[in-house]
This record gives sequence, structure tokens and C-alpha cells, in this order.
Amino acid sequence: MKKLESSLKNMLLVLTGVTVISVALLAFMNELTKGPIEKANAKALSDAVSMVVPGFDNDPIADKKIQTVDGVDYPIYPATKQGKYIGAAVESTSMGFGGELKVLVGFDADGNIIDYSLLAHSETPGLGSKAAEWFKNGHKGSIKGLNPGKASLVVTKDGGQVDAITASTITSRAFLSAVNKAYAAFADKDAHRDAASGATQNVVEHADSMAVTKDSISIK
Amino acid sequence: MNNFKVMMNGIVKENPTFVLLLGMCPTLGTTSSAVNGMGMGLATLFVLVCSNVVISAIKNLIPDMVRIPSFIVVIASFVTLLQMIMQAYVPALYATLGLFIPLIVVNCIVLGRAEAFAAKNGPIPSLFDGLGMGLGFTIALTLLGAVRELLGTGKIFSVGLLPEQYGMLLFVLAPGAFIALGYLIALINKLKANN
Repeated sequence: MKKLESSLKNMLLVLTGVTVISVALLAFMNELTKGPIEKANAKALSDAVSMVVPGFDNDPIADKKIQTVDGVDYPIYPATKQGKYIGAAVESTSMGFGGELKVLVGFDADGNIIDYSLLAHSETPGLGSKAAEWFKNGHKGSIKGLNPGKASLVVTKDGGQVDAITASTITSRAFLSAVNKAYAAFADKDAHRDAASGATQNVVEHADSMAVTKDSISIK
Repeated sequence: MNNFKVMMNGIVKENPTFVLLLGMCPTLGTTSSAVNGMGMGLATLFVLVCSNVVISAIKNLIPDMVRIPSFIVVIASFVTLLQMIMQAYVPALYATLGLFIPLIVVNCIVLGRAEAFAAKNGPIPSLFDGLGMGLGFTIALTLLGAVRELLGTGKIFSVGLLPEQYGMLLFVLAPGAFIALGYLIALINKLKANN
């Protein structure tokens, strides 16, 4: 077949034709992959949630709540077992060294950190990217079991209790600030829960003890 | 030139990374580990083969003056397809490479082969050219990724070979990519000269 001549009509026809075909193809593929993409994203999230707050029997993703602290929205995934509240996973972001650092933190009912999962980050590979493991290993950098409600998490360099990742202090600070923010959202949500439903026992101990002091005051 | 020769040409004699020095942006950007390098190489291989075949099949329908925009539309469509497929079925790989996939559109290897080979040959030789170039690119990226991963973290394909404290961070970062690539090219030129 002879090559088409570069006349204006031919050029317009061919360019339009090529574009129309590829648009149709892409639209078709988009429809085809929409479902699996959503499923893959949902699975990644539910895997992360079951890692950071293990042992629930409800569907935390379906029970998702949005908690706003200082104008920022924090998605909270509450976990319950046989109707009993056992903790929640909180999604939180902060600015890291290379961009946004998105972390999912799991708290038990008392606000102690169970585990965390780095959902997305753009930290330096080999340095800041170690944050995915660093804060859960059993050394001084571990934040497992700590309660940001008692003392905000701060790196040792700034006078805190958590060892920063070697040569990645900025990432470490960003990570801990995300965790602290997550706790703020978590604690706020509990406050609302108490106010709304009146008596949800075993939610937060200090809430109970506060109620006790209130009672004792009123007795006096 | 038979098809096998066309393919080997892309892998050895005109290796896109080590000989033609094309597509340096993904080469330096994605090779922080062997797996990432290989993933990027294979993604490019897929796009290269598809775009080469399609472009060589429709080359006579495209007037010369609008061939570059037409080629780009074809390439971009395949890249978008690849992106959607990866996001749907291999989310883990997509999480590491996601940022670089759209960059395949502007990878000069893909447009370069469309222009230099597919626009002049039939679909079958173009298929082999795409395979050869893609494999050459994949091998080069995997090799570079492996060297950087070994020197930077003491591992290859995440299997520890050296204690981690011997890792030189420099090689994980961008300057190390340039240094490692330079030495690899020097080494390959030396080997070639000896033959």
C-alpha cells in the first residue's frame, strides 16, 4: 500500500482517527479495571488495618468515621470484638523529607500504640524509607506500646524518648508528628463517643477515673 | 537481517542503555534496587513491543507530517493501559513503580524505535526489535539496580550478601547511579574491545 499523502484532509482524518480509537480503547479498559483497582486499594487498606489492630470481628472499613482536628480530616477505623471496643486504626499524614508521609496507626482502647503501617511515602530509599520497619523493632526506636496521650512522641535528639532513624531525623520527626496527630484524632473521637452515648465502658480508663472524681466532688 | 539478529542487535550491539545511552531518566531514577530496575525494564519492554507492532502495521496510513503526534498517541495509550492493568492486578509493583510508569511515554527509546525501526519495517521484524531493545533495557536496568543495591545496602534482590553496615548509601542515591552507570559502561566497552 502506498503511503498516504500529507494533505490537510488526510492529516486531520488520521489524527482524529488515531485519537478516537485510542480513547475508545482506554475507556473500555478503564471500565474493565475499575472494579479490580478499587478492590486492590480496599484490600491494601483492610490488610493494613488488620495488621495494626488485630483481633477484631467487625468491619472497621465499613464503620469508618472522619474526625476533624484543627481543620484536618482523619479517617478512623474503629475495631470491636463481640461488640466490645478494642481500639481503632487512624490514618494520618505529615510532610516528610521527600513529600507526604501517610501512616496508619493502631491504638488499643487505652490509647497505647499496637502497631503502625506506612501507607505511602516518598522518603529517600535506604534512609528515610526505613521508617516502614524502624519504629516497630524491639530497640529504643520502637513506638509499640507507647501512649502518646501520656507524653507526645519526640525523638531523643529533641529531648524525647524515641530513637530517630540513623541519618534521617527529618523523616523520624515527620513520622512521630503524624503518630501524635493520629492520637489527637483518636482521643477526640473517644471524647465525642462518651458525650454521645453516655456510658461506653472500657473505652478509656482516664475517662472513667474522671467520672469518678466528678462523682466524688458532687458527693462532697 | 533475520529476526534473531534484529533481536540480538537490541540486546548487545545497540543496547539502549550501555551503547545508545537512551532513556537515562528512568535508568538513573528507578534502579535503586534490582527488583525496581527489572520492573521498570519489563514495563518498558511491554510498551515497546506493543507500540512497535502497532506503529509498523499502521505506518502507511499515517501521513509523514503528522507521524510524531500519531506515534505519541499510540505510545501514550499503551502506557495508560499498562498503568491501569498494573494498578488492578499487581498493586505492590505499582506502588513502587507507579510514579515512573507515565514517564515511559517520554522515554526516548520508545519513540526512537518507532521512528528509526517500526516506521521503516514490517510488524514481525518490529516485534523482534521491540523485544530485543526491551530486553536490552531490562538487562541493563537489572544489572545497574543489582550493583547499586549490593554496594548501597549489601543485598541483591533483597537477599543479604554483605552485612548492612558496609552499605554505602551514596549508591542508593542519584550520584551513585551516575557513578555505577559510568563504571558499567567502561567495563562493557573494555570487554567489547577485547573481543
